[in-house]
Amino acid sequence: MKLKQISTIFLFLFLLAALISCGKSQNQGDETISLTISAAASLNEALSEIKTIYESDHKGIELLLNFGGSGSLQQQITQGAPVDLFFSAAEDRYNQLVDEGLIDSTYSTDLLGNQLVLITPKQSNVNIEKLQDLLTSDVRQIAIGIPETVPAGMYAQQTLKQLGLWEKLSEKIIPSKDVRQVLSYVETNNVDAGIVYKSDALSSNKVNNVMIIAAELHDPIIYPVGIVDGTKNQEEAVKFFKFLQSDDAIKIFQKYGFNIVGKNNE
Amino acid sequence: MNNSFWAPVFLSLQTATIALIIVVILGIVFARWMTAKQFKGKTIIETLLLLPLVLPPTVVGFLLIILFGRNSIIGSIIETILGYPIMFTWSAAVIAASVVAFPMMYQSAKTGFLSVDKGAEEAARVDGASEWRVFLYITLPLSLKALIAGVILSFARALGEFGATLMFAGNLPGKTQTIPTAIYVAFESGNMEAAWAWVIVIVIISFLMLLATRFLQS
Repeated sequence: MKLKQISTIFLFLFLLAALISCGKSQNQGDETISLTISAAASLNEALSEIKTIYESDHKGIELLLNFGGSGSLQQQITQGAPVDLFFSAAEDRYNQLVDEGLIDSTYSTDLLGNQLVLITPKQSNVNIEKLQDLLTSDVRQIAIGIPETVPAGMYAQQTLKQLGLWEKLSEKIIPSKDVRQVLSYVETNNVDAGIVYKSDALSSNKVNNVMIIAAELHDPIIYPVGIVDGTKNQEEAVKFFKFLQSDDAIKIFQKYGFNIVGKNNE
Repeated sequence: MNNSFWAPVFLSLQTATIALIIVVILGIVFARWMTAKQFKGKTIIETLLLLPLVLPPTVVGFLLIILFGRNSIIGSIIETILGYPIMFTWSAAVIAASVVAFPMMYQSAKTGFLSVDKGAEEAARVDGASEWRVFLYITLPLSLKALIAGVILSFARALGEFGATLMFAGNLPGKTQTIPTAIYVAFESGNMEAAWAWVIVIVIISFLMLLATRFLQS
């Protein structure tokens, strides 16, 4: 009985090992170069499309997209994460890396711009037409990104402060871990409103795009991108960095609701 | 230390304590039920009860949102009764912590009950004790060691809950922000001093609790 159990365990382990080694030998066959790109969560759809196009045009290159809040991505790079390119939704986070010498200033540019929008769930029957409507008692919960870590949350906070609404709304604010979580809380009707980027609002058909928030109410929304200093794949990273500024890439970014800033630091 | 440091600490301890009370009661009830009764599909039920132990926290969070969110039947009933949705409240944090801590208590209690000498229980029955009295005066006291181990492990698990809490209860400072979520935000916003302070607090608490279980076993 005991022997049978033990041999079953060994058989299981053996099969597992066999599976793993299969996967490995396949990877070793074609020498792919992997580029790791840490990118703001709001770039998900646009970069995923760019990845498909870029990989089919450049055989042997694999793009690993690591999406997250710009704050956490910046922290990971500061702590030594092996990342080749950083595409941030926040200039201040990005500039911290530049100051620390972790971004190669030769390959660094403010590429994209975005706008903030107020969104509500399609299923909701609460009537919201402008930011001041958030004060009504019908609106119980408003999701924004955690202002300390999520740029979209920081811009949302600036906007509400600018309008003198922040203190009054503080009880209703649901600080979310990134802008995608704000979107999914609104999509599932678990909050009454949310503030996200225009590009996020466009990606969903379950939310009402109530209004675009005037750009002068918050700091400019800039997405800088740059090559992390000390990358092992300098040549390939530069190629992809250049591609991101090409007309093909720009068309995709525009399709997803971004505007092009295109101020190059080179 | 200031209030913003202590708020998540107290909130964590409160959440874990209430979750612990719920889990101890439910864990003992279910363990008793599962050890005493034989019925069809028992293994399936038991597997379901233990499932939160191995499920990724994101799955637990996802299921809790589906189950208790505004679009669900349960969620809308709760909203009608309470007047507000349950998500992003302190109760939501307690629910998330309870769900992940439950299997710990259940498993410990069951192991405890099964280890009790059947002869002692039988003897009490022969002397005319009711099933309830047998459980209260024989089974429970004799499995005390296992129960205490279960209490400590469940409390530690409830205290450490992060993923499901962040999704289901959110991260509202002073309301649902526990030590684990506070560490996450502090780290991401580059506030390493605060992150360190909370990390030390939770390492000390966890260390002491695990140490206590080791003493129990020896």
